[in-house]
Amino acid sequence: MAAVRTAAAAAPAAATRAATRRRRFDPGRALAYLLLTVGSVVMAFPFAWMLLSSFKPLREIFRFNFWPEVWTLANYQEVLLGTQFPRWFLNSLVVAGILTVSVLFFCSLVGYTLTRLRFPGRNFVFLLILSTLMIPTEMLVIPWYVMSTQFGWVNTYWGIAFPGLIPAFGVFLMRQFFATLPRDLFDAGRVDGVSEFGLFWRIGLPLVGPGLAALGIFNFVGNWNAFLWPLIVAKSPDMRTIPVGVAFFSGEAGTAWNLIMASSALAIIPVLVVFFVFQRQIIEGVVLTGVKG
Amino acid sequence: MTSPTTRPRRRLRLSTREALWAYAFLLVPLAFFLLLRLWPALQSFRLSFFTWHVDPDQRVFVGLRFYRQMAAEIAAGGDLYKALRNMLQYFVIVVPGQMAIGLFVAVLLNSVRRFKAVFRAIYFAPYVTPAAAVAWVWGWMYSVNFGVFNNVLFAWSEFVTRLGLPFLAVDPQPFLTSPQQALPAVAAVVIWQQLGFQVVIFLAGLQGVPREVHEAAEIDGANAWQRFWYVTFPLLNPVIVFSLVISTIATLQLFDQVVNINFTDQGGPLGSTLTIALYMYQQAFQRFQIGYAAAVTVLLFFIIMVVTVLQLRLTQRRVEL
Repeated sequence: MAAVRTAAAAAPAAATRAATRRRRFDPGRALAYLLLTVGSVVMAFPFAWMLLSSFKPLREIFRFNFWPEVWTLANYQEVLLGTQFPRWFLNSLVVAGILTVSVLFFCSLVGYTLTRLRFPGRNFVFLLILSTLMIPTEMLVIPWYVMSTQFGWVNTYWGIAFPGLIPAFGVFLMRQFFATLPRDLFDAGRVDGVSEFGLFWRIGLPLVGPGLAALGIFNFVGNWNAFLWPLIVAKSPDMRTIPVGVAFFSGEAGTAWNLIMASSALAIIPVLVVFFVFQRQIIEGVVLTGVKG
Repeated sequence: MTSPTTRPRRRLRLSTREALWAYAFLLVPLAFFLLLRLWPALQSFRLSFFTWHVDPDQRVFVGLRFYRQMAAEIAAGGDLYKALRNMLQYFVIVVPGQMAIGLFVAVLLNSVRRFKAVFRAIYFAPYVTPAAAVAWVWGWMYSVNFGVFNNVLFAWSEFVTRLGLPFLAVDPQPFLTSPQQALPAVAAVVIWQQLGFQVVIFLAGLQGVPREVHEAAEIDGANAWQRFWYVTFPLLNPVIVFSLVISTIATLQLFDQVVNINFTDQGGPLGSTLTIALYMYQQAFQRFQIGYAAAVTVLLFFIIMVVTVLQLRLTQRRVEL
């Protein structure tokens, strides 16, 4: 029977293959590939230029040659050993790490509560969280800073992290995911005597894995890149995050563009690696918040 | 089995229990949104009516003084005026620029089958990188004497001169050192960095357009352009509105790129790249004019609110037409 099916399928398959082969010469599609390739080169060029410059010795950096004549790791050596870059890396890791745990837990907890539990004031809570989206960060940083000086949060990890503990967009993302789960599932759990927290933790959470992955990675990258608030609250050099550290280091490096390019590369390459590994989840996060959220 | 008389009471107890759990779950998040989002926003309003002092009891109510100061600064063509003027210029360049290019790239991506994911990743990559570091790379490329752009222009001019076509030669450009060119140069960086976001959003929107609609239009004799303009474009409207609102809000709040692309003269030359966010930062954290800076953020809040509401109104009217 399998043989019959294969034989029957073979003829149309061959026809389609011939059709695709013919379609390959479609000039419109060829033009699309050409334009996309040219665009990709433009998009990727700054990264390539940064990377190549970061391997050049200083005397070569002021001559215009694309490919380094002498490859050197001295720039990286100087940035990694002569500055507090490793410390900034650690700071960024700690802050983004704390926030990822907090964001995953609280955004899903709120998303779950707003969709799966019935209680008076549900819409009010939703509108309240929604309304905070209208407030620009610029409007918050001054009171945050005043607060941080009062409570001694300046130059602490908590001080850098606290504004990002529960982002509203994450609440909406998780709300979308929990809304798709069937209600019977939770009713069944309730009948079986699962606690309310258990319903969220053991039944709900495992089913929204893709949402958690998208939110976690997208949010991690966002916090890793954050600039305005860390610039304000991380006053001492050893508490800077990577973007702030790179900004000040580069400002002090003057015309040592080889070092500036090496430090930029050290700030940019790790995120690019994370992005290419978790590309699907990150893009999914954008699409979900954008198109459905 | 439970007796009929106890059943309503039990149901009530269950729903109360559910509500209590809900409030328990929301305790920390609600405290967060109230104390670290809404309260600070109201605090900014409050601070804008008081002179600044560390001790709250020593802050003096000055009414609209800082708002009058802003009006005077705008009238005198000072930095606030420049920041507002630049805001409009950034908006006019960045938002239509990245939306048009983003839509174009998304349409191209939607028309190819192979390497779609690879192309999408390349276009999206700048969006995930730290704007602060990226701005330094662009600053180096814009460098007048040693930058890529001027070296390419120089090589090009030499090439066409050797060909005997010297009229095609282009002089080296000042880019970031010129008050006329600095803003478009920064705007180009912003477009480059945010383009991928638009591409991903538009691509998702395009993939949501049903194939049958296109085929129907094709049978009715619509050419590719007509199919795009009369079928795809109207169906994309919600995505376009979203993209417009998001990119506008991001553009009105520009900060990272502007600070880092000209670190020694932030917002310069001559305030030609200054933004509201940077102006607020300078006033609050470099000159410690907290009350005045708070007033500036209130202005920014209202600008963003009015622009967003206007955009939603106008675009929704277009849907009805």
